[in-house]
Amino acid sequence: MVKPILPLTMKGGVIKRRGKILLGPVDFTVSAQGFTIVMGPNGAGKTTLLRALHGLEKLAAGRVDWQVPVADTLQRQAFVFQTPIMLRRSVRDNLAYPLILHGMPKAQAHAMAADWAARVGLGAALDQQAPRLSGGEKQKLALARALMRNPDIVFLDEPCASLDGRATREIETILKTAQADGTRILMSTHDIGQAKRLASDIVFLMHGQIIETAQAQAFFNAPKTRQAAALLKGEIVE
Amino acid sequence: MGEIWQGLVAGLWLVVTMDADLVNITLRSLQVTLSAVVIASAIGLPFGAWLAIRRFRHRRTTIALLNALMGLPPVVVGLVVYLLLSRSGPFGVFGLLFTPTAMIIAQVIIITPLIASIAHQAVRDLWAEYHDLLLSFSTTKRQRIMTLLWDGRRALMTASLAGFGRAIGEVGAIMIVGGNIDNATRVLTTAIALETGKGDFALALGLGFVLIGLAIAVNIATHMIGRTESEGKW
Repeated sequence: MVKPILPLTMKGGVIKRRGKILLGPVDFTVSAQGFTIVMGPNGAGKTTLLRALHGLEKLAAGRVDWQVPVADTLQRQAFVFQTPIMLRRSVRDNLAYPLILHGMPKAQAHAMAADWAARVGLGAALDQQAPRLSGGEKQKLALARALMRNPDIVFLDEPCASLDGRATREIETILKTAQADGTRILMSTHDIGQAKRLASDIVFLMHGQIIETAQAQAFFNAPKTRQAAALLKGEIVE
Repeated sequence: MGEIWQGLVAGLWLVVTMDADLVNITLRSLQVTLSAVVIASAIGLPFGAWLAIRRFRHRRTTIALLNALMGLPPVVVGLVVYLLLSRSGPFGVFGLLFTPTAMIIAQVIIITPLIASIAHQAVRDLWAEYHDLLLSFSTTKRQRIMTLLWDGRRALMTASLAGFGRAIGEVGAIMIVGGNIDNATRVLTTAIALETGKGDFALALGLGFVLIGLAIAVNIATHMIGRTESEGKW
């Protein structure tokens, strides 16, 4: 039996850039299940927190611990960036790329790519060049590319930030399905409505520090911190 | 003006009649230059990509040196290769001096820095774009380089073509190490130098036009094979 990689724990995590602390020290645990939304104003450290947990940022202090050695987690976690990064290849090749990279035969990877493209509504665009897709299509491709490896956890950095309502709805549907299938989701967003629709729990960040964590319903009904309350009221939070 | 016209006519005549010497010289030019481009690309493209993604202590100095080597004087390269391959040199035992192989070696030394430098710049931009994704996929360094070379292949083709352009028109180094021997190491550029020295400007110009035509043809063929500038391609 495959050993679970979650919970994921950050202990005293600090990220610095050019001597300036961007995040931390942060103590945070990602439980084995749920849909966590990371909220906070611009520059709060949402992206940095997600990147640090995924291993894209080097910690200046502290540690990130999985339940298995980190090398064993690499194929079991995925990241979706705010601006989707498209390889200069077709939709099919973009989807198949991470599978082939880790040893899947090309024919099998392409068949799986076609299946996932159809699932996210890109079936007709399989042979199109991915960088030429619309913003919503790119994000759906990025999401499919992340989910098709059946990861235990997916980190999403404001995946709907520049998408229209329809694309946002499609992305949210895909995410809900993934969560229902057992994928742990940790996502940052500015969109309070989206957080209400999706979150099981909330992490609220200010100035690189987690100042509140709560179940979603409790957070939206009665936030504990004045900053969170102000943000929910639509006020400017500094 | 009259000589240019005569040169053009002479060049056309040589091509139309498929002059045996011209065909021989042209094929040797292509053989030497294309061999040099293939070898230099095999070295320069991965090196340029490696330099783009790898961070090490003297990286900036290495890049500056590489850029400086783009202006390597061919005559000096020819002289050094001559000394290395001459009977008394360290590689004299191989008997390569005054052979097409010696010419290829000299051209590889001249164009590798050019190809590597252009490749480095092209891959650096692509690496900036792909960095987070490839790290997120936990790719190995080799996989990153292969991905960047593949996805940047059309830009990298320009690097190889720049190397081809420099090599096909090169005369100083290959004259020294090749010796411009008839039916052995004579190529278009050394033949042009020879005919100019003999005062046969029309033939020299004719060969010059053939050389230009060859360079254009190879570039066009490469672009057509690579399908650059077509819809949605890079």
